[in-house]
Amino acid sequence: MIYRENGQFKTSYLADQQIFTIAQDKWFVLGLIAFAAIGVPFLADEYLFRAVLIPFLVLALAALGVNLLVGYCGQITLGAGAFMAIGAYAAYNFMVRVDGMPLVLAMLLGGVAAAGFGILFGIPSLRVRGLYLAVATLAAQFLCDWAFLRIGWFTNNSASGSVSVAKLEAFGWVINTPVEKYLFCLIFVVVFALLAKNMTRASIGRQWMAIRDMDVAAEVIGIRPMYAKLSAFAVSSFFIGVAGALWGFVHLGSWEPAAFSVDRSFQLLFMVIIGGMGSIMGSFFGAAFIVILPIFLNQFLPFLGGLVGVTVSTAGISHAEFIIFGSLIIFFLIVEPHGLARLWSIAKQKLRLWPFPH
Amino acid sequence: MKFRSLALAAAIASVGLSSAVFTPAAHAQAAEQYFPILVYRTGAYAANGNPWANGYVDYLKLVNAKGGINGVKVSFEECETGYATDRGVECYERLKGKGATVFQPLSTGITFALTEKAPVDKIPLITAGYGRSESQDGSVFTWNFPLLGTYWVAADVAIQHIGKAYGGVDNLKGKKIALVYHDSPFGKEPIPLLQERAKMHGFDLQLLPVAHPGVEQKATWLQIRRDRPDHVLLWGWGVMNSTSLKEAQATGYPRDKMLGVWWAGAEPDVKDVGAGAKGYSALTLQHGAEPNSKVVKDILAMVHDKGQGTGPKDEVGSVLYMRGLISAMLGVEGVAAAQERYGKGKVMTGEQVRWGLENLNLDQDKLDGMGFAGVMRPVQTSCTDHMGASWVRVHTWDGNKWEFSSDWYQADDKVLRPMVLDAASKYAAEKNIQRRTAEQCAQ
Repeated sequence: MIYRENGQFKTSYLADQQIFTIAQDKWFVLGLIAFAAIGVPFLADEYLFRAVLIPFLVLALAALGVNLLVGYCGQITLGAGAFMAIGAYAAYNFMVRVDGMPLVLAMLLGGVAAAGFGILFGIPSLRVRGLYLAVATLAAQFLCDWAFLRIGWFTNNSASGSVSVAKLEAFGWVINTPVEKYLFCLIFVVVFALLAKNMTRASIGRQWMAIRDMDVAAEVIGIRPMYAKLSAFAVSSFFIGVAGALWGFVHLGSWEPAAFSVDRSFQLLFMVIIGGMGSIMGSFFGAAFIVILPIFLNQFLPFLGGLVGVTVSTAGISHAEFIIFGSLIIFFLIVEPHGLARLWSIAKQKLRLWPFPH
Repeated sequence: MKFRSLALAAAIASVGLSSAVFTPAAHAQAAEQYFPILVYRTGAYAANGNPWANGYVDYLKLVNAKGGINGVKVSFEECETGYATDRGVECYERLKGKGATVFQPLSTGITFALTEKAPVDKIPLITAGYGRSESQDGSVFTWNFPLLGTYWVAADVAIQHIGKAYGGVDNLKGKKIALVYHDSPFGKEPIPLLQERAKMHGFDLQLLPVAHPGVEQKATWLQIRRDRPDHVLLWGWGVMNSTSLKEAQATGYPRDKMLGVWWAGAEPDVKDVGAGAKGYSALTLQHGAEPNSKVVKDILAMVHDKGQGTGPKDEVGSVLYMRGLISAMLGVEGVAAAQERYGKGKVMTGEQVRWGLENLNLDQDKLDGMGFAGVMRPVQTSCTDHMGASWVRVHTWDGNKWEFSSDWYQADDKVLRPMVLDAASKYAAEKNIQRRTAEQCAQ
């Protein structure tokens, strides 16, 4: 009842081509963005910004990038952490080596550098696919781990191999407080999510999906696999690279290659699988699940223990966190293999009929 | 709703599971000095993180048992970082809002991340025996306190100790020294100083990184077997140390030519290797295993015998336990020093504790009085020196226990000081920090 499109007529092609053709969807998403931009800064405290919301936004952006490649184009990648690292270190080097480099431009250039490497490591995708491609992209991960640890030039010859950034400033806006950092990330995420959504609706996204569904058939109907696959690698790596720059500059402030280890690559891939492959919304769900749930469990369990009157040891909480987190992953994959995004759309279907299921 | 009930059931079930490992933990309350504790009791480094955390907590319990810091009771809370930087930052953000006195992350990676945050939040950072070496320069690193020693101190003393066997560091010319290090900021910290020393004395420095967590070292030790360096410096942590010793045993590299940093010189590192590690030496951060010291006896009597102890009783007084204990003591003494100025019996803020740590003066009488006789030497900090002491001894594993095998060393300030000033100035320039002047220091 709540979610019905009855009476919403599309009288022009323009109306038919909207991102959200149903008014409820449109207002819901617009409301959500408005709430994130205006409401959240008043509601959340510093801890929530710095420990939960900023990492969530940045990793959601990275998951979005991975989703474009894995979910939309069907090319499995295990090199996402490497592309984040390239984005972060490239942006760092642009900032350090070019005088008066604007922050946003450096981050975008970091994304461009990641895109370049994405194309390079996407070349094997023209010959191999599936698990073999995953292994080939894993090479990117190890190469980057090695390069940023060993080649002093990338870290500006920092003795410890750890780099840090000075103060953040964009267009005269000094980004200092957690709220400002959050809003800075939010702007990036909203713009990039809009870009991604539109790309997936446009010809390039359709090419990716055609390749994903059956590459031979796609080739027969005139889609160039090389162009489609490499463009997917480039765009995806660009997104991931920008996310990496945000992760280093805004979230960590000071980082070492371990921040972008192979664990990060797996984490991003899991976000996409759990959130929903081939869904923009799914990237956000997946990021929320992987980033927020462990932190939530870590704080909720002692509280729960307190209710029952027991105090749980630090190690006990940590173990329980892993156990529950792992079981929830299995649970969701069994109940809904298409990810949390699918649950979301099922919920919308149900709302359409509710409260009269027939 | 099926999901919710299932999730709840899972949550309750696993709490039940983990209830097997209960320990009592204190919670923060008003009018108490609040100590947040970043620990790692799980993960690849838990074997070493656990005794450190137990010592830290036990000392705070001892302070409470003795009536608090001039009457102010201590409250504390643990947060598990798993040695991961991002979780460490999350823990920091979570605990800092509760009136945190001082943070001790026990991870060089987390220290680097928190170094950027501490000045903003006005919470001092003690990194006793780790962290950024250049943060000794307190006029730039206002909020960092690498008390008792940095990795540059460790590297400097290591070379002095090796040189002594040849009758002086100048006789090291032409010798080959290999550094087997954990490939992280922790392992890389000593490299600049070792390179400097290599240039001064003409020895050959070979750098052999080992990837986290350090269980795969075959290639490294094959290289050592081939090149046969005269000495191996082991800069490891956690499982990496015992793996190195086993590999040394397997490749036949003499253990008595190996010298570990103070994080590679505790019981968990050698216990599994047992007799195979006999002759292996490691630096100490002043103290070794001190089961006979008065402070340990106090803890046994006032904490463990009352059933309040943290962790196994037989580990009390082990090397890393003592490290945690001394770290906690330094934090507590920082508060006590702050109380001298800002009012005895009051709860101190982070800024006040910072002043206390900068004006810390633990002379031998005071240390002896607290039960640290024979464990520690005096520590005195100042605005320009946030380290306070650079005393190091060497201890050797005799197959069963650690025994001191050298006299006291001190880092050579002629080598160390210019490097610290250089690196700190570079950091200040990068971050646009003005070095504090003498007047600002006096405040």
